[in-house]
Amino acid sequence: MSNQYKLIRCTINGKAVEQMVDVRASLTDMLRNDFRLTSVKKGCEVGECGACNVIIDGECFNSCLYLAAWADGKNIRTLEGLMGPGGELADIQQAFIDEAAIQCGFCTPGFIMTAVEILESGKEYTDDELRKLLSGHLCRCTGYENILRAVRKTMLKRLGKA
Amino acid sequence: MYDLKALYEAQSVQDAVRLRLEHPEAQILAGGTDVLVQMREGKRAGKELISIYGIDSMRGVSIDEEENIRIGSLTSFSHITKDPIIQKYINVLGEAVDMVGGPQIRNAGTIGGNTCNGVTSADSASTLFAWDAVVELTGAEGVRRLPIQEFYLSAGKVDIRPDEIQTALLIPKASYENCFGHYIKYAMRNAMDIATTGCSVNVVLSEDKKTILRARIAYGVAGPIPTRAPSAEEAAGGRPATEETAETFAAAVLSDIRPRDSWRASKAFREHIAVELAKRGLLESIRLAGGATV
Amino acid sequence: MMSKSVGRPVVRVDAFDKATGRAKYTDDLCDRSALVTRIVHSTIAHGMVQKVDTRQAEQVPGVVRIFTCFDVPAYRFPTAGHPWSTDPHHQDVADRLLLNRHVRYYGDEVAVVVAEDEVAAAQAARLVQVEYEEYPFVLDVQKAMEPDAPRIHEEYPGNVLAHTTIRNGDYEAASKEPGLIKVEGWYDTPTVQHCHIENHICTAHMEGGRIMVTSSTQIPHIVRRVCGQALGIPWGKVRIVKPYIGGGFGNKQDALYEPLCAWLTTQLGGRLVKVDCSREETFVSNRVRHAIRTHIISWVRPDGTFAARKIECFSNQGGYASHGHGIVAKGMGAFPQIYPCPNVEGDAYTVFTNRPSAGAMRGYGIPQAMWAGESHIDDVARALGREPMEYRYQIVMPKGYVDGFSKNENYYDTFRQVMDKGRTAIDYDRKRKAYENQTGPVRRGVGMALFWYNTAVWPISLESSSCRMVLNQDGSVQVQTGETEIGQGCDTAFAQMAADAIGIPFEDVHMISTQDTDITPFGTGAYASRQTYIGGFALRQTGQMLKERILTYAVELTRQMKETLDLIDGKIVRISDGRELMTLGELATEALYSLEHSQHITAESTYQIKNNAYSFGCTFAEVEVDIPMCQVKLLNIVNVHDCGKLINPALAEAQVHGGMSMGIGYGLSEQLLFDERTGKPLNNNLLDYKLSTFMDHPNLQALFVENAEPTSPYGTKALGEPPACSPAPAIRNAILNATGVAVNNAPMTPHVLFPAFKDAGLL
Repeated sequence: MSNQYKLIRCTINGKAVEQMVDVRASLTDMLRNDFRLTSVKKGCEVGECGACNVIIDGECFNSCLYLAAWADGKNIRTLEGLMGPGGELADIQQAFIDEAAIQCGFCTPGFIMTAVEILESGKEYTDDELRKLLSGHLCRCTGYENILRAVRKTMLKRLGKA
Repeated sequence: MYDLKALYEAQSVQDAVRLRLEHPEAQILAGGTDVLVQMREGKRAGKELISIYGIDSMRGVSIDEEENIRIGSLTSFSHITKDPIIQKYINVLGEAVDMVGGPQIRNAGTIGGNTCNGVTSADSASTLFAWDAVVELTGAEGVRRLPIQEFYLSAGKVDIRPDEIQTALLIPKASYENCFGHYIKYAMRNAMDIATTGCSVNVVLSEDKKTILRARIAYGVAGPIPTRAPSAEEAAGGRPATEETAETFAAAVLSDIRPRDSWRASKAFREHIAVELAKRGLLESIRLAGGATV
Repeated sequence: MMSKSVGRPVVRVDAFDKATGRAKYTDDLCDRSALVTRIVHSTIAHGMVQKVDTRQAEQVPGVVRIFTCFDVPAYRFPTAGHPWSTDPHHQDVADRLLLNRHVRYYGDEVAVVVAEDEVAAAQAARLVQVEYEEYPFVLDVQKAMEPDAPRIHEEYPGNVLAHTTIRNGDYEAASKEPGLIKVEGWYDTPTVQHCHIENHICTAHMEGGRIMVTSSTQIPHIVRRVCGQALGIPWGKVRIVKPYIGGGFGNKQDALYEPLCAWLTTQLGGRLVKVDCSREETFVSNRVRHAIRTHIISWVRPDGTFAARKIECFSNQGGYASHGHGIVAKGMGAFPQIYPCPNVEGDAYTVFTNRPSAGAMRGYGIPQAMWAGESHIDDVARALGREPMEYRYQIVMPKGYVDGFSKNENYYDTFRQVMDKGRTAIDYDRKRKAYENQTGPVRRGVGMALFWYNTAVWPISLESSSCRMVLNQDGSVQVQTGETEIGQGCDTAFAQMAADAIGIPFEDVHMISTQDTDITPFGTGAYASRQTYIGGFALRQTGQMLKERILTYAVELTRQMKETLDLIDGKIVRISDGRELMTLGELATEALYSLEHSQHITAESTYQIKNNAYSFGCTFAEVEVDIPMCQVKLLNIVNVHDCGKLINPALAEAQVHGGMSMGIGYGLSEQLLFDERTGKPLNNNLLDYKLSTFMDHPNLQALFVENAEPTSPYGTKALGEPPACSPAPAIRNAILNATGVAVNNAPMTPHVLFPAFKDAGLL
């Protein structure tokens, strides 16, 4: 059996890239191995924990269940792409830091990317709605409490309400 | 890395049909949230895959010329929930698929994949059963339509012929007109879970909102495939929209469903919950339809 | 001078790296050239491997080598993350080989495939044919003690790994006192798993003739020792590096696959090899929490006082000893202390079964003990017709209580203080009244539970901590300790303590988070909620040593009397007039480059601690029970802790949230299930194992009573594990309050509530 490859052209964190990928690779494999974007974590590889979450064309996906071959033509964002050009943290990154929403840090990148999708909707959500929107991630350290605080605070700030 | 033998990416429905015929052993891959999981478990390891995920024409919700609601098979759960046509005519379907897994799974998972898996616990399935959905399959000979009840053959098995792919799910106008429904997912967690039992109920009320003209109910995980409960439907049809009717309706489901004992739940427990869900589902459907029962 | 940094909610020292995705974990550091592995696990619960046929598997392209249980060295080794004991009688049980012929649970390690890529490894692992002679197996702890039960380890007839007792006073005689009320109950807790989001992973290669292992572990120095023991090589031949780790909760307080990985690289010419557990393997083939069945009898006088009490605990060890009896022994140890009674009889058994091996997990026996003990106290209160919280005020450990063994003292009236705070926070008294006499299908209730916990492991085992501090030219200081950051935030607490001990700003402390057994001072690692308490002694001692050396050098530069100098906020200050004479940076630069007297100012010391500290608290919970749906909704939950003075209030609060979440799952949803017919685990994945999601609990409230711990230099004591100890029984007691149904099996899932509500006539 000879391996099958596919040339992928996509945008990763704002940069147009080309990469020959093994069609057996998941997007997690491609981002971690080919692009060394190691914020994309492996926690279960079956879409249950959310640690590998990235934004593809504006929506969040578990990259473990997304074939690298599908990335062709897509705009992909990972946590590494959030920082400003001068090294400024995004408001949501700062909020995770300030609200003590980070402990072991392993779920953090995936959570922050979901928070980015939530915040970019420009909508205001209730706590229950936020809980549902964030429910695709498991965390064993925080009880989710401070993560909720960080996302809520940033949402209200962006809406000019805090 | 997935243990897949080869990946064929279909660019169009016709292309998918051709690939199906060329690679009869290959597995169809839509959003990947089930097939890739199974492949990793070793169940489908070493298989060829035909990815249809790139066929954008199979995405989206519309009203067709026969006034059916037409849901492209690759429409993701989250897009169904957000779709204005769904929200207007069959909001319960949007609510049901909004209970699948978590947000990322709902962005990836498709309604076509959910039904083609043939599993009884699929959150979309009981509502599609309860609303008499029609499955559209496209093959070498053209389009074939069949009621969803006939599409499901047995656990994990659906009626897709070797040259076909499922291209859409249709809700006929006669089904959705003046109809209001409610889905209850009974699970062990409030997110990231599969249904222990799922129950979808809908009603059409008389103009004065006092009589149930039609009641329909379907379950997931009350048998090897999703199932309707005709005795219950009969017990409610034409009856007053009252709590008492709801009790009779709920009790009647036991003659229609066949849940089993498994490590996930006992038969007795599933039956108990099924009755409770039927009652709550009917009362809520009546309320949504503008009726008052209490 | 104290408390410039300590006590402030400073931001975690690792927060920036983790918020930007830059923090490197084991797999992030692994070179892509690494060989990968796939372990072949046993598919029976008990038996002897007769033959392993690897011929087909070896044909898979990309397979490098396949090792089986017939290939591994014959050194039996222990895995528990305990300090080693030089007394052979106190050493952990050495009952494992790297791969095992005698398989003792479904998931035991039989063989390992090494391959160039993961697909090849997985394909080959599926093709390895294992022939077994099957033995009968046993999953239930008490059935394993029956005379005809299958013997799991030759050395342990009856499968009892250990049996310890408590005999205080005369239980038999005291229970005969006339007029006593007997309250008896059996309480069961489930097998659960830690579910840190980063699975266990390790890599190994050889460098300079030594084995270098990078591992997601809580206990690098212990893992070094265990690798040496397992391979039969001098311990110094092994080097362990621990980068950031994605949670541990006790699972990584065991040597897991590091010994196997270390051995593999020696068989592969020193090539880099990786053992990366899947989630499914983590659930079964790492460690789990001991399921403990507890039987309690209380003989109570009508006034509520205890005449006599009896406890029996049966702890399900699974296939291998791991942490063994330590867990149930700690749990039973709480029993005579929390509600003192002169006549107590206790028996604790740790019993091998054919389940996954149980090890350490957050709380170390106390969540099980509190489930039984605090459920039982509510049962006693009910039998007496007493309000259960008010009853606890009467009988709980008094101020001034001293435990004879540990010499721990309850210096304050902590239990009553935390109850005072918790009842107010949740509005307990009003709700308790409001929820009387409910009749509908949906009912509410409030309940509470206390917990007893003691910090660290003295006097059972060694407690010591080492620390190194190195002064830089600019006056900043590197700090290293053997205590391990695993996500809990100890590096930040250490930096705060170090800053105060030395007299420099918090920002000038550089914590070295990565531990490397070649470089990091010796320490036993992260467990027993010991980091902040134990680490504090060595940090302060070393900080004071460093400061002393700095001031001695300052005397040379300033020609002042040493007694008149101090180091405050990074400046050499003359105390008499408060004048800043020079900055520490100026001093440090001079010290290093001086042509007169060049000195690299450093300090390193070890502090052995022969103390221990109680750390108590409670949970209050409010529930809504939908009886027909057999569902419990947690409406409110409050934990109150006395962990002494808070080093960092923000991190302390966050730590409590996480423990509460784990405790909620323990009470309501989490349980690893096994097929009774085969011993096969049924739900070893994150879909079927019901870890709480974002939508499964309400806002979590963490409160503190800050009674300074007199034995600690910073007034602190355990907080890491305690939050997980009392939520489950508090929820159980709230359900009892709502429905009148006392549920004695955790987790209280709908499957458990359905028959319980039926029996009670509620359905």
